[in-house]
Amino acid sequence: MRERARDQGGPGTLTDDLAIPEVDPSALPDEPLAELAARYQLRPSAARPGVLAYAGQLWARRHFIVGFATARNVAMYTEARLGQLWQVLTPLLNAAVYYLIFGLILNTSRGVPNFLAFLITGIFVFNFTQRAFITTSRVMPDSLPLIRALPFPRGCLPIGYVLIELEQLVMSMLVLSVIVLGTREPLTWYWLLAIPALLMQAVFNVGMGLFLARLGAGADDFSQLMPFVVRTWMYASGVMFSIQTISSLRHHPTLTYLLQINPAAVYISLMRNAILQSQRNAWPGSKPYNAANCALYHAATKGPRLEFSAYCHGTVTMNGLWLWGIGWAIVALVVGFVFFWEAETRYGRG
Amino acid sequence: MASGPVANGADPTVVVDDLHVVYRVYGAGGDKGTAATALMRVVKRQRRPSVREVHAVRGISFVINHGDAVGIIGRNGSGKSTLLQAIAGLLPPEQGCVYTSGQAALLGVNAALLDDLTGERNVVLGCLAMGMTPQETKDRYQSIVDFSGVGNFIDYPMRTYSTGMAQRLRFSIASAKNHEILMIDEALATGDANFRAKSHERIVQLRGEAGTVFLVAHNLAEIEASCNRVIWLEKGQIMRQGYDVPAIVDAYLEATGGEPRKRDKPAESEHSAAD
Repeated sequence: MRERARDQGGPGTLTDDLAIPEVDPSALPDEPLAELAARYQLRPSAARPGVLAYAGQLWARRHFIVGFATARNVAMYTEARLGQLWQVLTPLLNAAVYYLIFGLILNTSRGVPNFLAFLITGIFVFNFTQRAFITTSRVMPDSLPLIRALPFPRGCLPIGYVLIELEQLVMSMLVLSVIVLGTREPLTWYWLLAIPALLMQAVFNVGMGLFLARLGAGADDFSQLMPFVVRTWMYASGVMFSIQTISSLRHHPTLTYLLQINPAAVYISLMRNAILQSQRNAWPGSKPYNAANCALYHAATKGPRLEFSAYCHGTVTMNGLWLWGIGWAIVALVVGFVFFWEAETRYGRG
Repeated sequence: MASGPVANGADPTVVVDDLHVVYRVYGAGGDKGTAATALMRVVKRQRRPSVREVHAVRGISFVINHGDAVGIIGRNGSGKSTLLQAIAGLLPPEQGCVYTSGQAALLGVNAALLDDLTGERNVVLGCLAMGMTPQETKDRYQSIVDFSGVGNFIDYPMRTYSTGMAQRLRFSIASAKNHEILMIDEALATGDANFRAKSHERIVQLRGEAGTVFLVAHNLAEIEASCNRVIWLEKGQIMRQGYDVPAIVDAYLEATGGEPRKRDKPAESEHSAAD
């Protein structure tokens, strides 16, 4: 019956043979449709590829991801009269506001050497993660028209959004270098360590971005909550103060340790130690242990003097920071990627 | 279809097996929309009334063969666009399955690209998103722009385009690649006469190269001119379908209260009564 149906069907029917054939060629075949589809090697249209195949698909769209991020970045300031100048002005103004409040008015420097550079480094690095978290938690609902219009691996979108923020950060880092050099920090080979530190942070943000994108795809409440979560996190990550110099933390080594190994604090510390000699030299454990000097750090009357902390035992060593940085990046990427991939076919539903 | 890539022109390319599609709509009415009513809802553990589930496609099955151009007709809200989105894999099935021989490309009426970017960026990104390499994109770029006929507007953001211009550009982008399965959802409705003629030619050409074309249109003359098979949807189910296009179109017109088509000259206004 199928054979006959095939002979009579086809595009010629309309003109060659207007009479309706005995067997309607458009009728469903007798066999189950799934078997028919399997016989002709048809695949489910909403099928999810395997994890590795999915990674391959994303890699194949890398040009799209980069083009998408760059175009978005360029379009971001087209309505402003100063145009692309805002890419530099935004981080500068950010730095100025935080310096005014935390450096001059509240004076949270508490003996941190070169506080201006310390503060601005922290803000720029944290801002990367902050913006990545907030934008990726909204990316799926915001892109619903695009998702329902074109088929492409959906992971492109959160990755693209993180890339947008990375491109912004590169601009901020140029501004930062000028500020840091202006505060008389020397330009050393250690600056090269900023690159792997940034890459690790970017990988961490991509992983978390994928994770948050799926959470944000379900309910909008989540993306409403996100800014508050991120702001709390900022105050816990030593952006505008040094975690070591908080006096109330001195007798809670576990808490201090936990604060120092949280991913934001890790990436901020890595960046500070890379480009700020004053920070690198003051990092606990960076000089041989010396009880007398370490005591000076704790005993200083006018608040702790961070430069003596180098002689104390560090809660997290410099090498420890790198290991934590790599660890967080890998864990975030693997968990976030698998979590996002699991729902790949469902993002169009809204 | 001897010229097709498959020797036997009647191999199935799209198999839809008992398909159900449900999608969610946010922000539907049914609530005063104040914080107090929202709190009461949370306290009483009620579902948000502003989230509605729409059961748009209710158990559809059909087999489409290589070389078919399928017209889909039906009143507004009968599930035509949803069906195409499900075939393209953009909306997940609630139940049942869609099998295809390859990735289906969908040209929708509101297939928004990136509105704040220029037409030029949209062409490039659209091509890359469809999986072309940067070199292919470069090679095809000029022909896409020429075909769309948007001219100097290519350097302007797409939000400044008229509806017709935006649709022309979208059609040009999506039809730049040879798709195995091409689905057009009212994408030609707002084009001018010249562009309609050009795009009709392109559809015929794509049908020859590609294999399978789906066309949703309220303009029944267009369906009759382009399609050899038609599916009539009513409330998410198939009312009638088959290769006898004029008979089904006539039955559809009768059911919706439209004037019967006069086949000697093209008619334009018969669908207005249906809406």
